[in-house]
Amino acid sequence: MFAAPAVAGAQEWNRAGLPDSAISAPKTNAAPAPKRDISGIWDAGGAGIAGPGHESAPWTDWGKQKAATFKPGNGPRAVYEADINDPLSTVCDPTGFPREVLYELRPFQIVQTPNQVLILYMFEKRWRVIWTDGRPLPKDPDPRWYGYSVGHWEDDTTFVVNTIGTDERTWLDNAGNPHSAELKVEERYHRINRDLMELTVTLDDPKTYTRPWTPRNKMPLTLAPPNFDMMEMICSPTEVMEFRKNISDRTNNK
Amino acid sequence: MNARCSRAVFIFVLMALITAPVAAHHGTASFDTSKDVTLKGTVTDWIWANPHCFLKFDAMDDTGTVRNWAVEVSNPTDMTKRGWARSSFKVGDVVTVNLQPVKNGAPIGRLRNVVLPDGSTLTAMGPAPAAAAPQ
Repeated sequence: MFAAPAVAGAQEWNRAGLPDSAISAPKTNAAPAPKRDISGIWDAGGAGIAGPGHESAPWTDWGKQKAATFKPGNGPRAVYEADINDPLSTVCDPTGFPREVLYELRPFQIVQTPNQVLILYMFEKRWRVIWTDGRPLPKDPDPRWYGYSVGHWEDDTTFVVNTIGTDERTWLDNAGNPHSAELKVEERYHRINRDLMELTVTLDDPKTYTRPWTPRNKMPLTLAPPNFDMMEMICSPTEVMEFRKNISDRTNNK
Repeated sequence: MNARCSRAVFIFVLMALITAPVAAHHGTASFDTSKDVTLKGTVTDWIWANPHCFLKFDAMDDTGTVRNWAVEVSNPTDMTKRGWARSSFKVGDVVTVNLQPVKNGAPIGRLRNVVLPDGSTLTAMGPAPAAAAPQ
C-alpha cells in the first residue's frame, strides 16, 4: 500500500522537519507517482509556516467587522505582543481548520484506510478524518473546530477534499483574517511523482470575502523518509502562561 | 549502499547541517529593530517550550545596574533546525547575548545570537549557517 521508499535503517528521534533545501530540490529522478496513493509523511518546509493572510480577498462589511475584533501578531495589522488576542497563541485554543493548513503546515502524515484518509499533523498533534465512503457532506451541521470533510479521487494522482462546518472562532492565519461558519474549503492534493506533491487550497466564504480566493496555490510538499520521527509541537496553556508572564505581558506600549 | 539508502542518508545529513528561517507567532511591533544591544551575563533560566523558547540572564547595564533579562527565540521545533537544544544552556553559564530590546525599556528582547562559554555561537535570526550544496 505504501509507495514511499523502504525503510533504510533507524534515524534519530525527533526531527523537526525537512530542510528548506530538500523541499525545493528538483525531483527529476524520482519514481512515478503511485496510483490513488498519497500516504506518507509530507513537509512543505518554510513555505508551510507563516503563509498568506497578508493578501486575502477583500472583506465584506461583515468580514471587516469581524476582523476588527482580531488583534493579530503578524501581517499589516500586527499589534504589540502584549495586545495580541489570537486564541491560538494566547490561550491555546485549537488551531482549527483551515488554519492548520494555511499557516502552520508543519510536517504531517497521511494514512489511507479503505474508507478514510487520515491526516496527522505535527502542529498541535491534531488529526483530521476525511471520509471517502461516498457519503455527502452534512446539512446544516453543528460547527466543529476541524469541520466535516469528504474526499474523492478526481484522477489517479489528484485527491480532492471538500470541507464545511468549521468553527468561526478560529482565525484563518496569524494575520487575523476571519471566516464565517459558511466557509467552504477545497483542498487539492496532486501527486507529481513519488517524492513531490502539490497542495492547492481554495476558500469560498461569501459572508466574509467578496470572492473566492486561493491562499495555497500548488505549494510543493516533499515526501520525508518513512522512518522520519516528527517532533511534538503542542500549545500547552501552562507554557503559554509562563511565556506571557515573562515576555508578552511586559512588552506593552505603556 | 543502494539509491534509497543514499537518499535517506543525504536528507539526514542535510537536516543536520541546514537551518530554517525562524517564524514567530508575532511580528516585530514590540521591538526596536534598529537597536543592537550586546550584554554579557549569567544564565538564570532556559525555557525550552512553546510558543517560544526564552533565555533569562542577569547582566549589568551601562549604569552599573544588574537586571534580569528575558529574551525570546522561536519554538523548539524551529530552534532544533538551527542546532539549539534543551541542553544548550545551564544555570550559571556566562554568555554574551546580542539582542533587539523592546521599545518600552523593559529588560525584554529578541535574541539575535549568543556566544556560549566554550566560545561557540548559536544564531536565532538571519541567514542560516552555510549549507551543504544539494548533490
